[in-house]
Amino acid sequence: MSSSFTPVSSTLGGVLLGIAASALLLANGEICGISGIMGSAAFARRGDRVWRLVFLAGLLAGGAIVAWADRPALAVASEQSMGLAALSGVLVGVGTRMGEGCTSGHGLCGIARFSGRSIVATLVFMATGAATVFVLRHVIGVAAGVP
Amino acid sequence: MKRLVVAFACGLLFALGLAISGMTHPSKVLAFLDFAGAWDPSLAFVMGGGVLVNVLLFRVAFRRGAPLLASAFALPDRRAIDARLVGGAALFGVGWGIGGFCPGPAVVSLAGGAAPVIVFVVAMLAGMALHGRVGSHRSES
Repeated sequence: MSSSFTPVSSTLGGVLLGIAASALLLANGEICGISGIMGSAAFARRGDRVWRLVFLAGLLAGGAIVAWADRPALAVASEQSMGLAALSGVLVGVGTRMGEGCTSGHGLCGIARFSGRSIVATLVFMATGAATVFVLRHVIGVAAGVP
Repeated sequence: MKRLVVAFACGLLFALGLAISGMTHPSKVLAFLDFAGAWDPSLAFVMGGGVLVNVLLFRVAFRRGAPLLASAFALPDRRAIDARLVGGAALFGVGWGIGGFCPGPAVVSLAGGAAPVIVFVVAMLAGMALHGRVGSHRSES
């Protein structure tokens, strides 16, 4: 479970995320929150679903480019149990709708707007995420996560 | 049409940013959350880089008063820090800590075709639908 420290590529990737999120706000006036975009694209009864579906198509196209150029950059191994994948997915789905945002909407965009809600949400999900990893790895001893 | 081109390009760039940053590796995400283990601080650099760029460029955007291709900014107007916000963020964090996936990297990783990733995304959509059925009526306004 070792993970190498990558300050340069991680900063570069973060800058690209910022440019993408800022471009979406500057041009279209929309917040780049992936859980909100997914939720509204799939379940909103009204509002503009089209741009959200097109954004998600871009996200998938980007994934396809990565899969072609540098496949190991994607999570491809399948050692994680299906049960844990399903459980974590349901929790992420319910939690991001209830809390109205995830790492992108609250973390990247909300904090940059100095939104009190987003700062609190980010601190909370970081804390419960770290607590969960602590319990799974150091108390129970389960190595969770898709490698 | 221009707005859709922008949306597609932003989605594509966002995916590349996630992959380059290492966010599409759940093991890397979990190593960031594992303060008691072999802690990998890389994700703080992802967050730092992204937030810094956003702080600077959001200011440029808001100073214009309106977006280039739309009549107004679509921003959340809610201010209350309530139990729904904290409870939702807490549940999301637990799910994130179990799988090492948040929504963006999971969608990007679908292109890798790994079965647990597909299961995660389907389960996430089911969770979103479940929340919509149980108690999101207030947020539809």
